Amino acid sequence: MIVIASVLVVVMLAAAVAALIFRDLLSAVIASCVVSLIASLLFFFLQAPDVAMAEASIGAALVTAVFVIALRRTNRYEE
Amino acid sequence: MRAVVGIILLAVVAVGIGLALAEVPFGAPKTEVGGYYLEHGREETGAANAVTSVVVGYRAFDTLGEVTVLFVAALGLGAVLTAAGAKTGRRDVQPASLVLRSGAKLLFPLIILFGVYVFAHGHLTPGGGFQGGAVIASAFLLLYLGDRNRRISKARRTATESLSGIAFVVIGLLGLSVGGHYLMNFMPKGTLNTLLSAGIIPLIYVAIGFKVGAELAGVIDDLVKETA
Repeated sequence: MIVIASVLVVVMLAAAVAALIFRDLLSAVIASCVVSLIASLLFFFLQAPDVAMAEASIGAALVTAVFVIALRRTNRYEE
Repeated sequence: MRAVVGIILLAVVAVGIGLALAEVPFGAPKTEVGGYYLEHGREETGAANAVTSVVVGYRAFDTLGEVTVLFVAALGLGAVLTAAGAKTGRRDVQPASLVLRSGAKLLFPLIILFGVYVFAHGHLTPGGGFQGGAVIASAFLLLYLGDRNRRISKARRTATESLSGIAFVVIGLLGLSVGGHYLMNFMPKGTLNTLLSAGIIPLIYVAIGFKVGAELAGVIDDLVKETA
């Protein structure tokens, strides 16, 4: 279990850094979605299923959708 | 350049949080009230899920505030988007692919069912009104993805939202008139771990589920409409 959690934390950190670096904002949004998804898995591992459900449905699904919809109004690439 | 600055700032914050939390034993109880809730929450509120016994039992008034915050946020978003309105004509939207269209049609009722399950069983299993409502809103998001021209009726949506919000307040007022405390659990607690138990807790969670679902679906609806 600790091995899986460590791998997940490393992937989560990598996705967070990637969200900052990507010039393509759509990719950055997806990277931040990965962060939320892994956060919800980690909440589940820490025996907080209530928080995990909220994080998965709001953090990973709805917030990503809001960002993607907002991106349609602006430029896809950061200048 | 901005990304580098961002990463450095993040590192500073991470080190700060790490140093601050290094001394705290992981997962150890820090307050007495937490232990009390775990020990007595079940018999005092009748909810098998300890989180629910706090969220809608001991701290139901805070939850009413939380619902209000979400309501005001959704209202503000709708107001800003309507004020900025001035639609620049509909852009031609590509129709969704066959896989997405039929997938959305197939999954929509199942996701709605799951959302209802989550909030109706909030007092028994993990989850509750907020989680169930968010699941329902994501079902509407999928519906919009599958059919770009589909819209839910705004009148029905706002009616659902207002009625469920009023239901929450009225349940609280009933507690006030029956027992003398706002949001008092005036109904019989029933047997632990059955669907009809925990008095007003399932009723409040059903109201929150409808309200949050309608609200978040409305947020998605407003955004899609204004950016289409």
